[in-house]
Amino acid sequence: MLEIKNLHVELEEEGKPILRGLDLRVEAGRVHAIMGPNGSGKSTLSYVLAGREGYAVTEGSVTLDGRDLLALEPEERAAAGLFLAFQYPVEIPGVGNMTFLRTALNAQRKARGEEEISSADFLRLVRDRARALNIDAEMLKRSVNVGFSGGEKKRNEILQMAVLQPRMCVLDETDSGLDVDAMRLVADGVNALRDEGRAFLVITHYQRLLDHIVPDVVHILADGRIVRSGGPELAREVETNGYADILAGAA
Amino acid sequence: MTVRTDLRADATAALVASRSLPPGGGWIMPARADALRRLRAMGVPQKRDEYWRFTDPGSLVAPLPLPAEPMAPEDGEAFEGLEALRVVFTDGVFDPAASDDLALAGVEIDRLAAVAEADGHWAQDLFGVLEREGQMPVPRPLAALNTAFAPDGILIRVTGDPGRPIHIVQRHVAAASDAMLHHVVRVEPGARLTLLTSGPAAARLNKVIEVDVAEGGVFHHVRMQGRDHGRRAATHLFARVAARADFRSFTLTFNGALTRNEAIVTLAGDEARAHVAGASVGDGEFHHDDTVFVTHAAEACESRQVFKKVLRHGAVGVFQGKILVRPGAQKTDGYQLSQALLLDERSQFLAKPELEIYADDVKCSHGSTAGALDPDALFYLRSRGVTEAEAKNLLTLAFLREALDEIADERLAEDLSRRLEAWLRRRS
Repeated sequence: MLEIKNLHVELEEEGKPILRGLDLRVEAGRVHAIMGPNGSGKSTLSYVLAGREGYAVTEGSVTLDGRDLLALEPEERAAAGLFLAFQYPVEIPGVGNMTFLRTALNAQRKARGEEEISSADFLRLVRDRARALNIDAEMLKRSVNVGFSGGEKKRNEILQMAVLQPRMCVLDETDSGLDVDAMRLVADGVNALRDEGRAFLVITHYQRLLDHIVPDVVHILADGRIVRSGGPELAREVETNGYADILAGAA
Repeated sequence: MTVRTDLRADATAALVASRSLPPGGGWIMPARADALRRLRAMGVPQKRDEYWRFTDPGSLVAPLPLPAEPMAPEDGEAFEGLEALRVVFTDGVFDPAASDDLALAGVEIDRLAAVAEADGHWAQDLFGVLEREGQMPVPRPLAALNTAFAPDGILIRVTGDPGRPIHIVQRHVAAASDAMLHHVVRVEPGARLTLLTSGPAAARLNKVIEVDVAEGGVFHHVRMQGRDHGRRAATHLFARVAARADFRSFTLTFNGALTRNEAIVTLAGDEARAHVAGASVGDGEFHHDDTVFVTHAAEACESRQVFKKVLRHGAVGVFQGKILVRPGAQKTDGYQLSQALLLDERSQFLAKPELEIYADDVKCSHGSTAGALDPDALFYLRSRGVTEAEAKNLLTLAFLREALDEIADERLAEDLSRRLEAWLRRRS
């Protein structure tokens, strides 16, 4: 589904290389985890996939179902089925959460040539998904992420994912700032979305999220490249021995 | 020897010579003559005046107006479908056929022109009086000009709760029309009124509204100016707010080559409240000036000024806002916010926020900012599939929301919000 080949990325302003030949292939129905120390390029990867400005791809390619993802605008990537759960979800005062969700859903449907969703169906869909994430009507009424706690913001990301039903979900440090209960809610939300037609790329610094969202494959990212790949046991090795040992072993 | 050239005196003489006093009798002629004396003493505003530093008054004081093409209202008339008593002026002239009967329970309504010949009228205690009081400490010659020469307007005295608003519809038809209107409103103790005004009014409009809200009275004013591109307007809203009275004024402005909206509000009785707010949007040839002067003259009063502007393609926004707290006006709560969203680098926002405080137990704050759309918010919306144009519109409306929130009536706020959305859509 997602195929990244020899991806080289620089920060546009500083010309500083961040990703240096990253290769990754994520198949439908699978959960891949990317782990790595700070500064290894994890967040850069997620932003480049979503199409944020400020990054220059100097080499390599990214395709989603064979389509050249890098040629698409951020909204076109979303309509094509890509979703990034942000590490730091943005607060947008004055834009109601429901308006936001509805505008986004209808914009994607329109881009795919589908009908707009009816008000009744939309309300039903959101209420249903929100309940599972323990998001109450009050939170839905507020402006996007404004006054939300760290945990509420992350749950709101997963709600958006559950409503928009993307095929390729990228989760950027979704566990950061979460306590154990909030992490379980978020993980349950993600696990509920796992199915044959959908793939996940879970980016995380710590292994603990992967106890709840159990990956099929774990990759270690260091200095802009995947240096090791393995099964879930690789995540536990990181937890036990730290990155230094693994990187020393990989070198 | 010095050669004396007095541009101000010449401009004033030329303007006065181009006008003639409207017909009128006993009560109104002294008021008009007084105003004319005031005008002559002050002289018309000049570009070099401090109070007109950011806005060139030239086209407002010229004997003849610059022509402006009237636009067909694409979104229908403002506040359509709302149950209201409608009073229609076309190019500043009362249109009886298009207006409702001037009869509403709990309200006395007269036309200024119709009662000008009468021996006396309740409005004589207010007509030109609040305007005159509002000339200190800053002269407002265009308002004195209006008191002297405005041939018509509406006089409203409210003694109860009419249950529905009065809507003054100001149509613009003739390309070179020059309108002057003077309205007076008196809200008696405990009474309440919502006054709506809408429309471009004329190619050039000079309007004064004097509002006196007695104890415990409620006055809500919602105004929509627009959308003609070439129109010019100088408006003054003078208000005196008595104890425990509630005064609110909100203005939504679309387009316009030049708009100067002055609001001069005095909180005259304890625990009075005044909120003055506005949202304006302009694209290209657009100059919009909000000049507000709020005086706290009594204890425990609350005032709010919230002004938001969306500017693009070289549009210019001006905000001059002042809170004056008089000696003894303890427990004052004053707030002032002016913000501009600059959608490109050619647009500009000029702001002069001022506080002048002569009491020691007060809470006053002001803030003024100019900035672009938040790129992080824009990316976040787009990453969820919202198109760039729609994301910008959503964020622009969100920026204006805080001003729209100042409108007490949700239906009115929603009506204006829809119009803003349509305006933004037409441009994206």
